[in-house]
Parts: sequence; C-alpha cells; structure tokens
Amino acid sequence: MAEENKQAPAETLEVELKNPGLAALLAWLWPGAGHLYQGRTAKGALYMICILTTYFFGFYIGDGRVVYASWRPEDRRLPYLCQVGVGIPALPAMLQAKIKEPGKPSPLGTDLMAPPQVAEHWQPGQDMDDLAQWHQETGVGFELGTLFTMVAGLLNILAIYDAFAGPVFIKPEDKKDKKKKKQRGPPEDEKKNDAKEEGIEYVEEKIS
Amino acid sequence: MTPIIASLLWMKIWFALPLIAAVSLVYAATRHEDMRPIFIHAARTAVWIVAFMAIIFAVLFLIGWWL
Repeated sequence: MAEENKQAPAETLEVELKNPGLAALLAWLWPGAGHLYQGRTAKGALYMICILTTYFFGFYIGDGRVVYASWRPEDRRLPYLCQVGVGIPALPAMLQAKIKEPGKPSPLGTDLMAPPQVAEHWQPGQDMDDLAQWHQETGVGFELGTLFTMVAGLLNILAIYDAFAGPVFIKPEDKKDKKKKKQRGPPEDEKKNDAKEEGIEYVEEKIS
Repeated sequence: MTPIIASLLWMKIWFALPLIAAVSLVYAATRHEDMRPIFIHAARTAVWIVAFMAIIFAVLFLIGWWL
C-alpha cells in the first residue's frame, strides 16, 4: 500500500482555484486570464498563447472579415456562437451588429467586425453583395479563417472549465487497472489469478 | 496577407498543423497541472489525431478509387 502511494503521481495535488466563478469569467473575457488570477501562470500563458494565436491567425487569413455577428434571416452567422467563446477579442462584433446601420459607416469609425450588407433576394445580373465580394476576394482564407476563429472559441470553453473546476486528472488507478488486466490475460484466468494472489487454491467447477 | 501565407493557401493541408498543435496542447492542459505531463500528453494526442486523419484519408481514398 505504501508502495502504491509512492507511485501515485505528485500531480494529484489539490489546485487552489480561489473564486472559481470569477476565474471562469476572467478566462472567458481573456483566454488564460482566469488561470493567471489563480496563480497558475504557466497554464495561463499556455492557454493564452495557443488560443489567441489560433484566433488571431484565423482573423488574419480571413482579412479581418470572418468575425461578425448577424442574426438577419438572410445571413445568420452561426459560427459567431463559437467565436464569441474567446471573449473580448470577439465582442466588438456584437457592438457593431447593434449600432451599425446598413449602407452607412459605423459610428465606431471603423467597419472592422461589422456585418456585411447582404442582398435579400439576389437576382442574376445584379451586383455582388458585400458577403459574396468578401468570399471572392479572400477565397479559401474566408473559410479557413472562420474555422480557426471557431476552434479558438471552442478551445477557450475547455480553458474556462479548467479555470472553474481544475484539471480532469487521469486517475492513477485506471492506468494500473489496465496494466493489471493486460498482465492477467483473458478474463477466464482472472479467478485463478485472484485466488493465487489471495493464497487460496482455485478449484474449477464442472457441471455435468 | 503576406506572400508566404498566400502561397500556403493552395496547400490547405498545412493549415491543419497549427490547429492540431493548439488542440492537443489545450486538451492536454485540461488533464494535467504540470508542464511536463502536458507536453507528453499533447504529443500523444497529436499523433493520435494525425493517425485518425490518415485512416479517414485512406478510407475516403479507397472509396473514391473503388467507385
């Protein structure tokens, strides 16, 4: 038993989560911030680098057009539901969707993250709307950028959970059990092995 | 967009690498607290993802070839 305790990884130590709710909120607002608040600096930095790099790389290859919020029937931007997982870096899109009027420049002074103008009923021969033009200009970058920013948002949900509840440790017993089962061989030999371990003679019952 | 990124766009498969790295590291970080086990777990996860993608590729390739 003492040997087993020695073999258990030091990782199973308790993690100081401070105020888990606040940590989760911070983790949502800025990836890694919740962990920095908890004093888990290395993990905070790791989350920040991985998630924000993925998000901004996607934003860059999508020419800054892939993150916008729109709930109009002709353009429901469902990927934004995933993108908003990164918090502050995606939040200006919500503001733009609220205050920008179609066909007019945004009161924020920039059209970054503003929803594109989309034709309700496009007819052949009609000019391309903004969204079609973005797709044409950015090409595959638009789809890839959307994918990267979505994945970043979804990854931050894992980081938020980690800030709230701590890491989901893999139980050392699980690994040990698997190893034991491998060494034991097929299940029919298990009873024999158990008896051997307990020092009892195993007698196989035969029903005739 | 820089010419390097633009030239990579036609080889879309390379875009999977940073994604696999990020996904593996973040997933591994949710399972451990220390850095060393995180990196070991992340390496294993990355290999697993690549292998899984290779299997899917092989299956689709065979279906495409057979049909």
